[in-house]
Amino acid sequence: MSRAAEESNRRMLRARDAMDRSYAQPLDVPSLARIAHVSEAHFTRTFRATFGETPHRYLQRRRVERAMFLLRETDRGVTDICFEVGFGSPGTFSRTFREIVGRSPREYRKEALPVAVPTCFAKAWMRPNG
Amino acid sequence: MFTAITHSQIYVLDQDEALDFYVGKLGLEVNTDADLGFMRWLTVNVPGHPERQILLERPGPPALSEETAEQVRGLLTKGAMGGHLIFSTDDCRKTYEHLRGLGVEFTEEPTERPYGIDCGLRDPFGNSIRFTQPRG
Repeated sequence: MSRAAEESNRRMLRARDAMDRSYAQPLDVPSLARIAHVSEAHFTRTFRATFGETPHRYLQRRRVERAMFLLRETDRGVTDICFEVGFGSPGTFSRTFREIVGRSPREYRKEALPVAVPTCFAKAWMRPNG
Repeated sequence: MFTAITHSQIYVLDQDEALDFYVGKLGLEVNTDADLGFMRWLTVNVPGHPERQILLERPGPPALSEETAEQVRGLLTKGAMGGHLIFSTDDCRKTYEHLRGLGVEFTEEPTERPYGIDCGLRDPFGNSIRFTQPRG
């Protein structure tokens, strides 16, 4: 691994951290590429090579993970949660949630149990695959 | 049986840069900085708590082959080496503001949790650091 590759990793990690931090914001490739200090064309390709999935998919999984948290730990309504975690419409939210989790938000809520570990670990480990 | 944890270890890419960050910015103190010839044994601790040290170790030969050290460096910079440190603080928001003023980049701002207020940052290499103000 060259020093250049390490620097590239850190840039991609900085963009991924921004998604973890600001997942509810309307993050797009241009803004993430700016955080990583690379061109837009370079960004998506390099992110995928570094972490094994596109930035779009990473952000979807982060948002779905936060939605799972809110469904599990609060009484908030599903539509409310959809906008809270950064989805633009309930339709997209439900479709993406089901695609990633395999159940609808309401089904998930019925079956979920609270967890007692530090949130940083819950956020990393309870994020759904897919 | 065991009575305490005395040493933990994380990997850093550069020990001078690690000192700038862990001591210069986070405010930890150097416990031991010894050139052993084959390695620089560099440990830090929370001020006033030398009973628990963190070894800031540089991956490289002869402890690791060049190839393995490169893999470690790759994982570290992807944030995948582990290396989690969680500190406690008596005022999370104040500590956060202080460190932000020193130019520390945060991954998460102070947030209320069931167990207290906590926030997150990364060291210059990719290790994940958090500090928590435990619920009173």
